[in-house]
Amino acid sequence: MSLGSENKRDWRPCCDFESLQRRAWMLAQIRQYFHDREVLEVETPLLGSRVGTDPHLRFMTVQEDDRILYLQTSPEFAMKRLLAAGSGSIYQICKAFRGGEVGRLHNPEFTLLEWYRVGFDLDQLMDDVASLLRCLLQDQVGGEVRLRYGELFEEAIGVSWDAPIPELNQRARALDLAEAGEICGRNRSLWLDFLFSHLIQPGLPDRELVFVHEYPAPLAALASLKPGQPQTAERFEVFLHGVELGNGYRELTEPTEQRARFEAEQKARILAGLPCPELDESFLAALEEGMPQCSGVAIGLDRVLMLMMGHDSIERVLPFPMRVCC
Amino acid sequence: MATYSTNEFKNGLKVMLDGDPCTILENEFVKPGKGQAFNRVKFRNLKTGRVIERTFKSGESIEAADVLEVEMQYLYNDGEFWYFMDPATYEQVGADAKAVGDAAKWLKEQAVCTVTLWNGAPIAVTPPNFVELEVVETDPGVRGDTSGGGGKPAKLETGAVVRVPLFVQTGEVIRVDTRSGEYVSRVGK
Repeated sequence: MSLGSENKRDWRPCCDFESLQRRAWMLAQIRQYFHDREVLEVETPLLGSRVGTDPHLRFMTVQEDDRILYLQTSPEFAMKRLLAAGSGSIYQICKAFRGGEVGRLHNPEFTLLEWYRVGFDLDQLMDDVASLLRCLLQDQVGGEVRLRYGELFEEAIGVSWDAPIPELNQRARALDLAEAGEICGRNRSLWLDFLFSHLIQPGLPDRELVFVHEYPAPLAALASLKPGQPQTAERFEVFLHGVELGNGYRELTEPTEQRARFEAEQKARILAGLPCPELDESFLAALEEGMPQCSGVAIGLDRVLMLMMGHDSIERVLPFPMRVCC
Repeated sequence: MATYSTNEFKNGLKVMLDGDPCTILENEFVKPGKGQAFNRVKFRNLKTGRVIERTFKSGESIEAADVLEVEMQYLYNDGEFWYFMDPATYEQVGADAKAVGDAAKWLKEQAVCTVTLWNGAPIAVTPPNFVELEVVETDPGVRGDTSGGGGKPAKLETGAVVRVPLFVQTGEVIRVDTRSGEYVSRVGK
C-alpha cells in the first residue's frame, strides 16, 4: 500500500468525541478555578530564541530566515520574566514540545498547565494542586498522602538515597535490575531516577493523590534548597495511579545559583555531545532584577484527561497523536 | 552490523540480547519528572521461549538479529531432524528437537508451519493454529452422548494426547487448537 492511501485510511481522529467534550470541560473548569482565585491567565511565545538547557530534554528547532528558533520545552522562563516584572500570580495553558518522547504517557507535543503563586510556600502550593485535581478528577481521587522522598526511597530500596554508589548497585542487583550499574555508572541523579522509576513509582498507592516531596538536592532542577537543609530540594511531584501528573518547586530566585546550575547543565550537554544553546540572559537578568518569592507547578493535562476517562494511554484522548496520525 | 536505537523499538522487532536472538514483546517509555528517559523492554528469547525484562537508556542502540519467519511445509522426520521445505524455493532445512520443541506432537506431513530462521538455521517451529488428526486410540465411548461433558483422553496419529468428548471414536478425524491443545470438533471425512 502506498503511503498516500494509508493516510487516506487514517484521516479520522484517534480519540472519541467524549474525549473532546471532556477536554473542553476540563479547560473550562481550570479557567473558572483560577478566575475564582484571581490568578491571571497569560500567554507566552511557544517559539523563542532561547530554550532550557536541561540535558534530559531534547528541544526541537525551527529554521526561520537565517536564524534558529526553539520550540519551548516549557513556558517557565518567559513566565518568570512576567513574575519579575510584577504580574502577580499567573497561569498558562499551552503546548510544550519535547523531542523523542513517545510512549503510552508521552507525545512529543503535549498540553501543559503551568502556574505560579506569588507568596506561596510549597505546602500551600500542594494544597492548591490537590484542590484543582480533585475538582477535575472528582471521584477518581480517593484520599491524599504526602510522602518524603528520602523515607520512600529507604523503604523501597533498603538504603538511603545518599548511600555510596556501590551500595545502590548492590541493592539494584538484589532487586533483579543488574543492568542498572552499566546504565547509571557514577552518576547519582541517574541512579536515583532509575531506582525511583523502576522500583518506587510502580508501588505508589493507586487511588490516592500522592505528593512526593523533599527531593534530594541532586534532583533540584529549578527548585530552591530547603533553608538549613542543603541536601533537600523544595520540590514535589504528584502522582495518581502511579502516573506522574506534575512537578512543583519553591522557585529558585537567586540569580548566581541559577547561573551556576545552567552552566553545570551546559557542561553536561557538552560532555554528552548534545547541542548546547546559549543561556537565556533575559531570564537571568529578570532574576537579577528580583523575582518575588513564589512556588510554581506544571501539570500534564493530557494525562489528567486520560485518568479522568479511565484510559491507560494518552493516545486515547489525543485526536491526532504523533505516533499514529502525523 | 545493523543496529536499532531505542526509538525504533516496537513489538515484534528482532534483536540480539546476551548473544541470543529475541523478539520485543513490549516497550514502555519511562521518563521520571525531570530526569533521564529509559525504555523498559520485555523480550522473548526465540531459542528458549523465556521472557526477559531489561531497561535501556533511551537513545542507546542494540544489535539487530538476522531472524526470518518463513512459512514452510513439514516433510518428514528421520529420527534426528525434522525436515521442512520452503514451497516457493523448494529449499529444505532440518530442525533439531530443541528447535521443534512441543510442536513435534502436532506435525503431520505437509502441514504448513512457521519456521523461525536465525542466520538461516531453524531455531523455532510454530505449528498451524488448527490441525486435523486421526484418533488412533481411545476408550470406546457411550453412543448418544453429545454433550462433551467430562470427556476422555485420545491418542492421535502424531502421538499427541488430547481430551475429547465421550462420543469420539478411534479412527475418526478431529480438529485441535494447537495453541491450547484443546479439541475443537469432529471432521467429516
